[in-house]
Amino acid sequence: MSVNLASIVERAAILLLKGATTMLPLDVKQALEHAREIEDNPLAIAQFNAILKNVQIAENEGIPMCQDTGLIIFYVSLGENFPLKGSIYNVLRNATIKATKEIPLRPNAVDIVTKRNSGDNTGRFVPWIELEIVPDSDILEITAFPKGGGSEAPCIAKVLSPAQGLKGVKKLVVDVVAEAAAKPCPPLSIGVGIGGTSDIAMKLAKKALLRPVGVRHENPFIAKLESELLELVNLLGIGPHGVGGKTTALTVNVEYAHRHPAAYPVAVAFNCWAARRSKMKIYSNGDVEFVTHKQLNELWR
Amino acid sequence: MMAEYYLKTPISEDEVRKLKVGDVIYITGIIITARDSAHARALELLSKGEKLPVDFNGLAVYHCGPVVRKVDDKWEIVAAGPTTSIRMEVYEADFIEKTGVRVVIGKGGMGSKTAEACKRFGAVYAIFTGGAAALASKAMKRVVKVEWIDLGIPEALWVIEVENFGPLMVAIDSHGENFYERVNREIQKRLKEVVYPKIGL
Repeated sequence: MSVNLASIVERAAILLLKGATTMLPLDVKQALEHAREIEDNPLAIAQFNAILKNVQIAENEGIPMCQDTGLIIFYVSLGENFPLKGSIYNVLRNATIKATKEIPLRPNAVDIVTKRNSGDNTGRFVPWIELEIVPDSDILEITAFPKGGGSEAPCIAKVLSPAQGLKGVKKLVVDVVAEAAAKPCPPLSIGVGIGGTSDIAMKLAKKALLRPVGVRHENPFIAKLESELLELVNLLGIGPHGVGGKTTALTVNVEYAHRHPAAYPVAVAFNCWAARRSKMKIYSNGDVEFVTHKQLNELWR
Repeated sequence: MMAEYYLKTPISEDEVRKLKVGDVIYITGIIITARDSAHARALELLSKGEKLPVDFNGLAVYHCGPVVRKVDDKWEIVAAGPTTSIRMEVYEADFIEKTGVRVVIGKGGMGSKTAEACKRFGAVYAIFTGGAAALASKAMKRVVKVEWIDLGIPEALWVIEVENFGPLMVAIDSHGENFYERVNREIQKRLKEVVYPKIGL
């Protein structure tokens, strides 16, 4: 008997969304706990206490940690030999509709033309699906990335002149973070994309946010830039929810592409303290492995 | 120094005038959610002399689009933390003046127009930890009713009975103090004096 892969992917994707919206990835949770430990501003400690208590309640009760359960985005790495291909779009769309009802999620898809909320988190191009094909693989890897609106507001893409270079990148990052202050719900995860074209830079910035806190870029030059940017941002002293403190960002992750000789595109993307992402692998035989949220493996069986 | 207050709605002007930036408040009674669209519609109706479906006088308006579910035809709040308040800056001063709302609850801070209205009409802006939606929902006892659901779940007016909703930190008081305005000035100062030199600017 052949397994019904489409149904497995759909059910697993619902659980993946549940994990993403109700349980913070361990790396983010630990980074928040560490930030509380090193903090000495009482107002900041009060904010950390509220955040961490909130995270615990959400996890214990299986309810969303933030009422803004985001615009639903899936990053999909499709092994070229995985049996399902084009149907994945529809499967993930259906999973989004069901997850919205079952978890529940807040409906966050608003029609530009009619101004109406679709009510089920789907709409034109939504959920957004970023798909890449992986050669010589029969594994389907999906990351659910519900993207909150508050931390989306200060995101920026800009094309600098090559003369401005890295110094311009650093200035843009600190300027944008300082201007955003309390609004994107710090402590932040910050993604920086450099190179390509303006749209590619933003895609890279978002992709950088998929990397766990504490994992530096494999290129030592970029890794050093990440540490430097994190230090600069934290010198601003914005702190959790802008009440002042040592930790304005938990991490700054940089991703880059080669650029055009005449242009130096940079993009800065934000995640709030609730840096939600949840990854799973589905094998061709129907086995499912939850990667970022190991607890989900128990719920799946 | 910083004080703690337990307020019951309807809240009087005298009670609100006591509050200072940094004070912590807990609210028991009725709060009503309103975000961008609800503020816009409310002001449009009020400018035409029409009445709102709910009376905000003496109550708290909450910048929040909750996660809700319907159980046996009754709405329940699942998660309901605050959204970014600055989006409502274009509406809030008029809203305070025309509705008599006493407490504006949100996150991230508001601007000088709102602060001026708080001073003139006797209101405060207070923050709850941004996104702490599961925690916030613990203080929410029931949904009294919902209006303007046609705006969509996040934008509707959710009338919620709360018990000791807080801690809320007063970030704008009725005496012209604005916590975030001061904080943002300090951030810009550090940006220019501490951070820029490290980049070589």
